[in-house]
Amino acid sequence: MRISYREAMRQALHEALANDPRVFLMGEDVGRYGGTYAVSKGFYDEFGPERIRDTPLSELGFVGAGIGAALGGMRPIVEVMTVNFSLLALDQIVNSAALLRHMSGGQVSVPLVIRMATGAGRQLAAQHSHSLENWYAHIPGIRVLAPATIADARGMLGPALADPDPVVIFEHAQLYNMEDDLRDEPNEDWACDIEHAAIRRPGSQLSLITYGGSLPKALDAAAELARDGIDVEVVDLRVLRPLDTATIAESVSRTHRAVIVDEGWRSGSLAAEVMARIVERCFYDLDAPPLRVCSEEVPIPYAKHMEDAALPQAAKIVAAVREVLNV
Amino acid sequence: MNATGRKAKAGSGMSERPFTHQLLADMLRIRRMEEKCAELYGAQKIRGFLHLYIGEEACATGAMHALDADDNVVATYREHGHALLRGVPMDAIMAEMFGKAAGCSRGRGGSMHLFDVARRFYGGNAIVGGGLPLAVGLALADRMLGIRRLTACFFGEGAVAEGAFHEGMNLAALWRLPVLFLCENNLYAMGTALDRSESQTELCVKAASYKVPTLKVDGMDVLAVHEGTRRAAQQVRGEGGPFFVEFRTFRFRAHSMFDPELYRGKAEVEEWKKRGPIHSFSAQLKAAGELTEDGFLELDAEAEAEVAAAVAFAEAAPWEPVEDLLRDVTTPGAMR
Ligand SMILES: Cc1ncc(C[n+]2csc(CCOP(=O)(O)OP(=O)(O)O)c2C)c(N)n1
Ligand SMILES: [Mg+2]
Repeated sequence: MRISYREAMRQALHEALANDPRVFLMGEDVGRYGGTYAVSKGFYDEFGPERIRDTPLSELGFVGAGIGAALGGMRPIVEVMTVNFSLLALDQIVNSAALLRHMSGGQVSVPLVIRMATGAGRQLAAQHSHSLENWYAHIPGIRVLAPATIADARGMLGPALADPDPVVIFEHAQLYNMEDDLRDEPNEDWACDIEHAAIRRPGSQLSLITYGGSLPKALDAAAELARDGIDVEVVDLRVLRPLDTATIAESVSRTHRAVIVDEGWRSGSLAAEVMARIVERCFYDLDAPPLRVCSEEVPIPYAKHMEDAALPQAAKIVAAVREVLNV
Repeated sequence: MNATGRKAKAGSGMSERPFTHQLLADMLRIRRMEEKCAELYGAQKIRGFLHLYIGEEACATGAMHALDADDNVVATYREHGHALLRGVPMDAIMAEMFGKAAGCSRGRGGSMHLFDVARRFYGGNAIVGGGLPLAVGLALADRMLGIRRLTACFFGEGAVAEGAFHEGMNLAALWRLPVLFLCENNLYAMGTALDRSESQTELCVKAASYKVPTLKVDGMDVLAVHEGTRRAAQQVRGEGGPFFVEFRTFRFRAHSMFDPELYRGKAEVEEWKKRGPIHSFSAQLKAAGELTEDGFLELDAEAEAEVAAAVAFAEAAPWEPVEDLLRDVTTPGAMR
């Protein structure tokens, strides 16, 4: 069955709403409008305004309300339109959702799922093009997921809802229209693990480590390199917190080389964290210093050629791989 | 109202006694506990931020007695009294202040983060305004689950300037959720007087702009607080929507232990102290022939004894081993 990332996410949400009366979806324009990215189209009519709850433009308020509802026994899915606007809700996510369990000495869990679109690449200019996944991945107490495949878009939500702690899911806006085959055996249980990184393309000469919207770019780069006889492994982090260091280290200790691709800005990036872990765990296995391909340190510009130049691209990834391999 | 004949509610501590005596006893329990906390702070047994409620006891006391045991309560960092009257044992509160694992938040929260979820006490929150959206969400969950209870949310008047107040007020009113907003207006947010931070100092007007019904109550009068909260709670339970109550009160001590109180004069504090909730209420009861000096001293001695026992408990409680540092970040044994 060939479906889009959007459709996979829609099916996952539909399944969650249909299977558990405690689940409800809340956010700006999730209802009548059908979802900013059309993920919840038709839900309002099917599940009604209580469970497909349109909210005012109050990111802090409704994310906080989601936390409270989770404390009160519900399983809210809060959609924050995009990561850019999540900055207005950051206080509730960081100071409440992530901390309540610890501050209460383990008395509460916050079974909340927060979904948000992320990323650049559509000429939306600086305020609408952020990649701040690493801000969230920095915080103990929350799990951070970045589904980058159709299977993950379909399969991550269920386990995220079953997780008793807050989970933030980043959906890269460039992925919604991506299509791929999804296993469609009858009675398929789509749920996938939300613990581990995944090797998306096995290879022997270098580990290309990435996540989210950069995964297709990394795979394109690997395919191009393969045409020149260069065999690159592509690792999809999938889970940005807690990071699966073991899978990263296993891959790098086999290939002895690494390039990390991250749409976040280089300084203080998730790529920096991955690189630090590689150095800590695999220093003596490395045949060359690892490199990073990140966004340039500039607000994301509006002009197409400038935006393209600011973001990681397959060509930059190919160049970085060649540099590390010295070929 | 005639509260005199009522007996104290079960679970609010102490033995059967007239309701008025229970109110007085509870104010004394908070007062004596906090005076001891201040002393223990000086002795470096309690560290960090410590925000005393001294002067404001009538608010928590009157309000808590107007709530049901099944209601949710969300509070601020100035919540020692609220926790105590919610039924959190003084032992567990004191141990928490000491940072001991026997504390009500296992020593991980401290003074500002007292929690007791079994008593539906959802904590001290040290982000000004942070509790309001949580309260809205708790009430939303109850509504969706068909549970008939209200969520009481305490906050200071400083929170009224935060977006969280306005967003929370709007959501609660828009969705008609059973949230009882209880604003303790002690006229200062740290060193900033209300009229130096708000263009509109009538807080009820702000709440009313969200079509939330309001009530302004003398927060130094425990009976008025009780009656006002009771009526507000009744309306929330009856009609389902939110209600906003402003308690006019005053803190007699500094904002926290670090505050040299440069922003207000002694005269203002002394003036308010004349209306101190404990002595004014006990004088009122004595004048009505409902309390003797001996009776007062007895209640006070009971409070002192409870405090002494709590301190002994906290002192004797063991420290949590450092090997346990990483616990309670995420839920253990969780499905993954
Ligand atoms: C969001 C936020 N900003 C600033 C502070 C620092 N702060 C702690 S208490 C306080 C004053 C709050 O006053 P009010 O809400 O009136 O409560 P009160 O202390 O008078 O009980 C401030 C500014 C904070 N904790 N949270
Ligand atoms: Mg104040």
